[in-house]
Amino acid sequence: MPTAGLLLAGCAGPQSALDPGGDQAHALFSLFGLMLWVSGAIYAVVLAGLGWALWRAWRRRGTDARRDATLVGGVDARLDRTLPVVAGAIVLGLTVLITGSFFADRALFATRAAPALEVRVTGHQWWWRVQYRDRVSDGWIETANELHLPQGVTVRLVLNSADVIHSFWVPNVAGKLDMVPGRTNRLDVTARRPGWYRGQCAEFCGTQHAHMAFAVKVEPPAAFRAWLAAQAAPAAPAEGRGAAAFQATCAACHAIRGAGAAGRAGPDLTHVAARRTLAAGALTMTRGNLQGWIAQPKAIKPGTSMPAIPLTPADADAVATYLATLR
Amino acid sequence: MIPDLDRRDRLSLTWRDPPGWWGFLTTVDHKRIAARYIVTALLLLFLAGLLALDMRWQLSWAENDRMGPQLYNESFSLHGSTMLFLVSVPAMEAMALWLVPLMLGQRNMAFPRLGAFSYWLYLGGVLTLWVAHALDVTPDLGWFEYPPLSGPNYAPGHRADIWAQMITFTEVAALCASVNVAATILKMRPPGMTLARMPVFLWAMLVASLMTILSMPAIMLVTSMLIADRLVSTHFFAPAANGDVLLFQHLFWFFGHPEVYIIFIPATGFVSSIVETFARRRLFGHHVLVLAILAIGCLAFGLWVHHMFAVGLPRLGNDFYTAASMAIAVPAGLQIFCWIATMATGRTWLATPMLWVLGFVATFVLGGLSGVMTASAALDLQLTDSYFVVAHFHYVLVGGAMFPLFGAFCYWYPKATGRMMSERWGRVAFALIVGGFNLGFAPMHLLGLMGMPRRVYTYPAGMGWEGLNQIATLGSAIAVAGGLVFVANALLSYWRGAPAGADPWGASTLEWAGESPSPPWNLAYTPVVDSLTPLWDSPVLRVMDGVAIERREVIVTSVVDAAPLYRQKSAAPSIWPVVAALAVTAMFLGSIFTPWAIAAGALPIAAALTGWFWPQRGRATTGPLRVRS
Repeated sequence: MPTAGLLLAGCAGPQSALDPGGDQAHALFSLFGLMLWVSGAIYAVVLAGLGWALWRAWRRRGTDARRDATLVGGVDARLDRTLPVVAGAIVLGLTVLITGSFFADRALFATRAAPALEVRVTGHQWWWRVQYRDRVSDGWIETANELHLPQGVTVRLVLNSADVIHSFWVPNVAGKLDMVPGRTNRLDVTARRPGWYRGQCAEFCGTQHAHMAFAVKVEPPAAFRAWLAAQAAPAAPAEGRGAAAFQATCAACHAIRGAGAAGRAGPDLTHVAARRTLAAGALTMTRGNLQGWIAQPKAIKPGTSMPAIPLTPADADAVATYLATLR
Repeated sequence: MIPDLDRRDRLSLTWRDPPGWWGFLTTVDHKRIAARYIVTALLLLFLAGLLALDMRWQLSWAENDRMGPQLYNESFSLHGSTMLFLVSVPAMEAMALWLVPLMLGQRNMAFPRLGAFSYWLYLGGVLTLWVAHALDVTPDLGWFEYPPLSGPNYAPGHRADIWAQMITFTEVAALCASVNVAATILKMRPPGMTLARMPVFLWAMLVASLMTILSMPAIMLVTSMLIADRLVSTHFFAPAANGDVLLFQHLFWFFGHPEVYIIFIPATGFVSSIVETFARRRLFGHHVLVLAILAIGCLAFGLWVHHMFAVGLPRLGNDFYTAASMAIAVPAGLQIFCWIATMATGRTWLATPMLWVLGFVATFVLGGLSGVMTASAALDLQLTDSYFVVAHFHYVLVGGAMFPLFGAFCYWYPKATGRMMSERWGRVAFALIVGGFNLGFAPMHLLGLMGMPRRVYTYPAGMGWEGLNQIATLGSAIAVAGGLVFVANALLSYWRGAPAGADPWGASTLEWAGESPSPPWNLAYTPVVDSLTPLWDSPVLRVMDGVAIERREVIVTSVVDAAPLYRQKSAAPSIWPVVAALAVTAMFLGSIFTPWAIAAGALPIAAALTGWFWPQRGRATTGPLRVRS
């Protein structure tokens, strides 16, 4: 068993179905365990049968049983009686698996009636718009490429797409569900283990499918409420060279609530510096990476819709400095 | 049963092709056509395999910059489209075109010119995709191009059209080949080969052909709808205009899932033939094997939704598709049992073809079991679109179809060329390919469970995926090296192999009755069959005379009893299949650019078909049929 433990330890990680940190992922992990045992047993039986056949054939290598009707006839009658046993065993094994699958499926969708919190996640080429229902104003609190989940609370994720088909997947928390344009899918997740996880688009969605990830933080409800309140607050009013350059060049696509920028094409940047990653998981959030991303988005993420805006070095520096203050 | 020289000369005069290029273009010899199919498919297998190796290299290190996203996306699209549409299905059809008349003791297929037409059209599809690749118009959206990504808004240019039209080519070719195979098996069996005495191989080819006929129209429809969306703004798949993007997926997988079995069922036919010959006893459970093939053929049409468990369909339906998908394991499991039982009770001889069967069982069963896992609607939410599914379908398609195909290649090679392949190098190739494949693809199961999605051109460091990816790359490289040994063995044996003789393996079915390589007329006389294993059961093969040898003639028999009905004229070499295929190619390619190509292109096609079907003198004749013993 130490090897198995080592193997599983090696498979733990921020983006692994083998390291469940939520109810749904746990139900699926248990189902996987059942499947693995049953399948392993079946495979062992098949290989044993193959080995037995080869051993018998080897033992009979000297005899001339070639097309001997009487010899084969007797054996075949015995084999004929074995056939229903084999069929029955396969049906039995499948029945176990189908039943297991059925109950796991029901477990995933058992919490449908009582979502405590609704979060809208919309897929874009190649980033994620995340909106929390604001109980106070009944509006939406918007962020991007980062999802915070309160520990132990069932959250309903409302999944949509703004362009092509994407797929929402945080393997440590739950199985994936597609984001299909023209349709709305709902995924209920109940995260249990606090910490950072990673989600990634699982349906091929174009050039930068590989760089369409997001960070997920599971935290105690109090910490979650504090985070959400911080996200709901507007940014400080814009002032200074960086804010002015942002207004002139970036605000057509990006919003900064409280600072007058209201573009909708790209991610909301109101609290961008408080996020863990940049450019949908392509970079870690640092001031240097912010400036690099603004200067050469297509070098970092070829094909991205973010244009390289010609800014003077001083302006680029000022914009990056300004964005780094948006916490 | 070597014919006297006079008869041989007369048959040769009747059945030989014109010499030179004209003969190359006009031949309707099913063996020549099938050989072309196989050589083309193997060449593409090699090219698409190199693409795979290149992609494996790219993924061996996090943030590797061997490839950018565009090149990687083109590579996996070309790899998948080639392997699924231009290698797997055509290779199986080729084996049917080559073997079915031989195994029936017939002189040619039911529709000889249709066979030629299907190859030329298939070649049109091959050139469409690969010439487009040379011109940098490579499709870049995978082997199934879901809209809206493939729609007019997100895929400008002609990359998506090339993909969609390549499919139209290959599917028309596949329909032609399948109609030909089904008609030949149903109406041209030798006298006495009733349905009950039909070898499993022929059942497999019959069922695969009927499945092709039933499933291919769905994909031709859906790719035509996609082209219409792109070319004339029909909005079938545009949500903003009340179109539905999921309609595409339903229609695509209504073809796509049966396609997997269209590839796998012929492979079960190869395995059945090889096991029977090398176990040196009649197959145990002939009826079970035939019923299993029929059951798989029926079930295959009821489980396409298991490709769509993550799109958010109603839960009740998911349970049905879960059960239907897992049910495939019942017939498949019984097949495995019958083959193992046959090996166990015979005097099994481990020649290279038999080794491939062992590799097939050990590998395919793993793919089947991972298939049971992905068939669970719940568990599939973690597995689909991850590397787990990449591992699964390679285990099924390579382990379940390519290994039997390689075995079949080694098994029938002596019949096709008259020479034996080297056993020693055959074993080396077998060990490298099966070992390399398993080393390469087993780690991908774990990669998928560890969260690696498919179709990503790179991944960040620190995900823990590098080591497994490097093992996968190493395994793939070993398998490719094994492929080179296999090809070298096949090429060298063609000139230097030991002469094979008519029946080197001591096999039971009719394709081994005549000389190797088969002459253009196949067998000199029409065989008469009274058992499942005619070459084993009667000391001298019973034959029948009465089919003309001065003109091309075949014998037509009844569907169930294979009672002789009449003699049918068989088509002579003709240039019209090439001309018709060229006309169809012009229309298909033109319709990528303008809808008017369909109207204008119909005229040359009509002209070519008029030439093709121009009435000729000499009708099908009936006459007395003598039995010779």
